[in-house]
Amino acid sequence: MTDQYAIRVSDLVVGFGRRTVIDHLSLDVRRGEILGLVGASGGGKSVLMRTIIGLIPKRGGRIEVMGWDADAAGGLNGHFGAPRWGILFQQGALFSSLTARQNVQFPLRENASLSQSLMDEIADAKLEMVGLTPDDGDKLPSELSGGMTKRVALARALALDPAIVFLDEPTSGLDPIAAGDFDALIKTLQKTLGLTVFMVTHDLASLKTVCDRVAALADGKIVAIGSMDDLLNSEHPWVRAYFHGKRSLMLHKKPD
Amino acid sequence: MSSTPLLDIATAGDTLELRPTGSWTVVNAGLLESLFNAAAPQLAAAKRLRVDLAGVREIDTLGAWLLEKISRGAEQAGHPVTVTGIDERHAELIEDVRKVNRTQRAARPRPNPVMARLEQAGRAAFGAVDEIVIFLQMLGATGWALLGVLRRPRSLRMTSLVYQTWRIGWQAIPIMVLITFLIGAIIAQQGIFHFRKFGAESYVVDMVGILVLRELGVLIVAIMVAGRSGSACTAELGSMKMREEIDALTTMGLDPIEVLILPRIIALVIALPILAFMGSMAALYGGGLIAWLYGGMSPAIFIERLREAVSVTHFEVGIIKAPFMALVIGIIACSEGLKVQGSAESLGRQTTTSVVKSIFLVIVLDGLFAVFFASIGM
Ligand SMILES: Nc1ncnc2c1ncn2[C@@H]1O[C@H](COP(=O)(O)OP(=O)(O)OP(=O)(O)O)[C@@H](O)[C@H]1O
Ligand SMILES: [Mg+2]
Repeated sequence: MTDQYAIRVSDLVVGFGRRTVIDHLSLDVRRGEILGLVGASGGGKSVLMRTIIGLIPKRGGRIEVMGWDADAAGGLNGHFGAPRWGILFQQGALFSSLTARQNVQFPLRENASLSQSLMDEIADAKLEMVGLTPDDGDKLPSELSGGMTKRVALARALALDPAIVFLDEPTSGLDPIAAGDFDALIKTLQKTLGLTVFMVTHDLASLKTVCDRVAALADGKIVAIGSMDDLLNSEHPWVRAYFHGKRSLMLHKKPD
Repeated sequence: MSSTPLLDIATAGDTLELRPTGSWTVVNAGLLESLFNAAAPQLAAAKRLRVDLAGVREIDTLGAWLLEKISRGAEQAGHPVTVTGIDERHAELIEDVRKVNRTQRAARPRPNPVMARLEQAGRAAFGAVDEIVIFLQMLGATGWALLGVLRRPRSLRMTSLVYQTWRIGWQAIPIMVLITFLIGAIIAQQGIFHFRKFGAESYVVDMVGILVLRELGVLIVAIMVAGRSGSACTAELGSMKMREEIDALTTMGLDPIEVLILPRIIALVIALPILAFMGSMAALYGGGLIAWLYGGMSPAIFIERLREAVSVTHFEVGIIKAPFMALVIGIIACSEGLKVQGSAESLGRQTTTSVVKSIFLVIVLDGLFAVFFASIGM
């Protein structure tokens, strides 16, 4: 049954000029799971995410999201758009002429008919859930710190509680406490709304605590996929280097 | 999957019983809000509230917030609230939403409209003074950078200067020539048409020659350059400012004026006189062509009359103005570019301001030169 999968990618090829970034990659994301994607910096994680969303043309392969084929008329953004999926871009991509609150309200305003006061309350609630105060809501994107930008972008991605959320390094630039709150928020939303999350991250703690499965991208392919424990035991040299490097050792050190 | 949300309201004594059912999600946003608004008067009247969530099939942040708003309203009025039947899946979200929006946002004082107007007028007046100061500052800074370059000629950014001159000058030639050609042609045609009534057609040559060489050639080219290159300058510097590239440059010990602004201004000062010269020639060519085709004046006669009508002085008057206009365009374009703040909107605003202001100043400058040349008898 295809319905079991939220995202199905098979045999995907993506490249720029003469360089192939994604090379015959296949990946399935189950409905309601949180999938973490790891990979080298510059390895093509953002490119993979943007291709699934339909922002980068693919050279070959198939992409299906919620049973919709990306090649169907109108493309996925026509079928989906904000009500069905929320996207957090690596650089935030906030609308620079709108305040933080207006940024969060934007999908609500475009997709639901609500009164202004209720939209304000919802936007404030979202901002507070990602750890910002209502006063931060009045700031323009240029007045936000790097981590605050991330959080506003996250609040915007979650504004409509969409069925699928794509997150590109959501916790980079956040302090560990904020990152922990973020993990808890994602977990709560997954539990309540049955959210499917496709998350690119380098945050080992996030991978361990929230991700149901982790996929490793190397050489343009998924070289390992499974639970965190599966990946820790993987034999692939790059995956070993990633999880057993100096920085990662503390993660699975046995408590003495 | 999603089912219509409903809100059953039943009163038992002084207890109000609410039984929400269906999908309380953002898909049904409009409906949910009207349900909430319809229940509001009864909520206000109730002394005791019981909410049974057993019938809720789906809930998201919006639904949870509306339900929370109901019970919070009653709590704040001091009425007891009991919530039952929370699905175990929904519990965490409802619990999370319960915590939000507890702090009141500090209400901002509304300004008195009359005072606001007065304040605006005052600020605008001071702003005008600031504008002059900023212009002079930029002029000074550029002059200073130029002095530095004169002392150490090697510090001039040659690559950038050549590139900018190529973009501002060379690439602009076709469009400038085309436009001035057309303008020269139009002036000649109008002149012939109207002068014909007095039998003074041959004076068209005087008119075209003097008008083009003294005023129109340089003025039109300057306005075109302001629109074409001044705006590009502002947009480039503005987006560099927006993305902190200018800050990065400063921290590396480089002077943005020397690196970015001076090459652009020098390129403008080099390119504009050349463009103005070419434009004037194209306009004369257009005028001559029309005089021949439409007025029946042979090219030889046109050139002969032109030689009598215009002197080098007319040409000098025109071309002397060009570098000054270029300087004004460059200074305005660069200082507006540096004024850009963080948003895309401010980039657009500053680019518009840059073009409007530099065209205005070019025309004002032209007027001042006219007065000056008249008084020294040129
Ligand atoms: N628009 C583009 N044009 C050309 N090359 C691109 C483009 N976008 C990305 N690339 C290249 O594709 C490769 C993968 O980039 P990508 O942004 O996916 O990396 P990433 O895995 O997300 O890295 P990071 O963890 O640093 O964000 C890089 O080599 C990059 O230079
Ligand atoms: Mg990336």
